Amino acid sequence: MWYYEKKLQYPVRVRECNPQLAKYLIEQYGGADGELSAALRYLNQRYTIPNKVVGLLNDIGTEEFAHLEMIATMVYKLTKDATPEQMEKAGLAPHYANHDNALFYHNSAGNPWTATYIQSKGDPIADIYEDIAAEEKARATYQWIINLSDDPELNDSLKFLREREIIHSQRFREAAQMLIDEKDKKQFF
Amino acid sequence: MHQTNTKYYYPYISPFDPCPPIIRKSYSTPPQLYMGFQPTNLVQFNTAKEALFCGTLWPAFHDPYPPKEGREDN
Repeated sequence: MWYYEKKLQYPVRVRECNPQLAKYLIEQYGGADGELSAALRYLNQRYTIPNKVVGLLNDIGTEEFAHLEMIATMVYKLTKDATPEQMEKAGLAPHYANHDNALFYHNSAGNPWTATYIQSKGDPIADIYEDIAAEEKARATYQWIINLSDDPELNDSLKFLREREIIHSQRFREAAQMLIDEKDKKQFF
Repeated sequence: MHQTNTKYYYPYISPFDPCPPIIRKSYSTPPQLYMGFQPTNLVQFNTAKEALFCGTLWPAFHDPYPPKEGREDN
């Protein structure tokens, strides 16, 4: 069960209507390494992983939804008053034809989100290593979007999200170590 | 151990490259790659506000991007 706090994890400010940037940002919304993939991956994997790391997957999975909401806010603000002509100029005519200015779970190339982006292997090591890789890929995606963006206020929020990927990666690395370590055994040297 | 958050490398430049060459390229190596288990009592930011703006409670995990030394050089 979840409680909802009616505010964003970190403020989102957008300087100007910019559907082009929204097209890139949607990668983190419905892309393979986006926040939706991350949230669903972790919250699903948590059932079949040793008890000591269930809580971590639960907490990080929950935080990913908070990130998803930030990305949604950014995309919405970047496009909310864009005219069909502006959408077309940004290469979003196919999106507009299907969705008007509504958000949809697809990547920046327009491919719809698919569950094949995520995995639950049932093997704790395989799952946690996938999670570490996913965090590094999401971090890299944020870097490339920051490089493309010229909106300093939006970049401020993106830098926050990139830093969170770093912390999540750290925690998954610690989780992997906890699963690997021979803690209960007496060690003789 | 002195750790850097950005590594630089210099790819081969052919005299026949079609675009003006980028001489120095970079990639990120953020702090979590080096930390191992987080040590106890790791120093925290002085104020909650600083921590929020950085996205972490611990300066040791803070990795500014783009890097101060730049990403690439022509």
